[in-house]
Amino acid sequence: MWISNALISVLRFLIGVTARWESPPDLTRQRIYFANHTSHMDTLAIIAALPPEARINVKPVAAADYWGKNAFLSYISQKGLNAVLIERNPAPGVNVLEPIFDVVRAGHSIIIFPEGTRGNQPLPGPFKSGLYRLAETFPEVDLVPIYLENLHRSMPKGKHVPLPIICTIRIGDPMPRIAGEEKQLFLDRARDAIVRLAE
Amino acid sequence: MNLDQKFLWFFGAIAGLLAIASIIGRILASRAKTESSMSTIENLNQRVNAWWGMVIIFFVSYLLGGNATVILFGFISLFALREFITLTPTRLGDHNALFSAFFILIPLQYVLIGTHWYSLFTLLIPVYAFLLLPAIAVLSQDTDAFLERAAKIQWGVMICVYCISHAPALLLLDLEGFKGQNALLLFYLVFVVQMSDVLQYVFGKLFGKHKVAPLVSPSKTVEGLVGGGLSATLIGGCMFWMTPFNFWQSLLMSLVIVVMGFLGGLVMSAIKRSLSAKDWGTMIKGHGGMLDRMDSICFAAPIFFHLTRYFFSAQ
Repeated sequence: MWISNALISVLRFLIGVTARWESPPDLTRQRIYFANHTSHMDTLAIIAALPPEARINVKPVAAADYWGKNAFLSYISQKGLNAVLIERNPAPGVNVLEPIFDVVRAGHSIIIFPEGTRGNQPLPGPFKSGLYRLAETFPEVDLVPIYLENLHRSMPKGKHVPLPIICTIRIGDPMPRIAGEEKQLFLDRARDAIVRLAE
Repeated sequence: MNLDQKFLWFFGAIAGLLAIASIIGRILASRAKTESSMSTIENLNQRVNAWWGMVIIFFVSYLLGGNATVILFGFISLFALREFITLTPTRLGDHNALFSAFFILIPLQYVLIGTHWYSLFTLLIPVYAFLLLPAIAVLSQDTDAFLERAAKIQWGVMICVYCISHAPALLLLDLEGFKGQNALLLFYLVFVVQMSDVLQYVFGKLFGKHKVAPLVSPSKTVEGLVGGGLSATLIGGCMFWMTPFNFWQSLLMSLVIVVMGFLGGLVMSAIKRSLSAKDWGTMIKGHGGMLDRMDSICFAAPIFFHLTRYFFSAQ
């Protein structure tokens, strides 16, 4: 896809996007990548870090209130990034995660930011429960933690131009699954998996 | 010899040297037995391959003309500053100052070279950037470690933009009996600096025993420094035919370049260590980052520029 290739080239020129894998990944398996979230470039940075053959099947989850805001952003997000848009403030009784469940059921890997919003610290804030519900619903899918290093320095919340600062994408091994794990314990463990990559 | 002939000789000789280095690398690789010698040879071959790439980029920039060379160094500055800032702790309050440094100062500094505006070229960063970058940062009202942050950004801009820009600035000198040939002088500078680095590495690997400054740079040895430095000086002296200098002048200039290059490598290494990193980056395979390759140029270029300007300018 030429849009994503063009965007990835610009990103590489500005922030390098070096991928560091904890161990060589098994890309034949379906995966849920989850990462800390600090800038608008995060999704693209993760896609850039994945090998080209793995990019095709990956759909990032993005907030409809930003990425669907105008024709330009929605063109970029849908055509360029192949994103699934979700409503952050849904009408009562609507399951926000339903569009995500659909694409995972269809066999896609996804990228999700479990904090639900961008932070301005190097380490992620508390996670929302979405990741837990996904993990419960799809026990056979790999949960892969990602730490995005320096993106909060390159384009912090509130700034509109990225600085050329080299950003590293640290991709961990899939989290071990513990059957019947309590929600908060699971979310803490998932957050710790990202924090561990930051060290 | 006219300009083009000199260039062909120069690049022909470098291609010849690299070809020999590539062949030696192949032979060594097929002979290496132990784990550590294999990784040293692999690194050596990566370095030689990267050299081919860098020489080709310089050659093409020459073919495209003076402006292409200036633009090439603009990008070198950008990538160098990118590495410097990546390792330097900065805060949200520095964003606008850094934006100005990357997207206003770098283009402006190189436009000044392209348009031959010498006086502003020498003043832009030591005066205007020195005063305005902290002024931009202070508007964010973040006083935590303000002096340190301002100092680090100014240092990065001085080294990566101001100092590096003195290499292409050689193109704007008006030298006695050397009209239109200044590009040769730029290649002379880059060649002597890099030759000195390479020969210090080779002499160090072959004969190195006594470390010069083990706490700063464990790979620099007295044998490497003396053997490599003197040979590079001598080679530089013999390159006088592509400069406005005679043999002895060229020998002295090369000595200055070699000494400044060595000191630059040492200082930049100390900075790297104080930021607790081993390499500046990973851009150039086998060498590390852009600054790992440019550290000697940063220190040699401004001094070489001013010595040449002072002693060899046309009246």
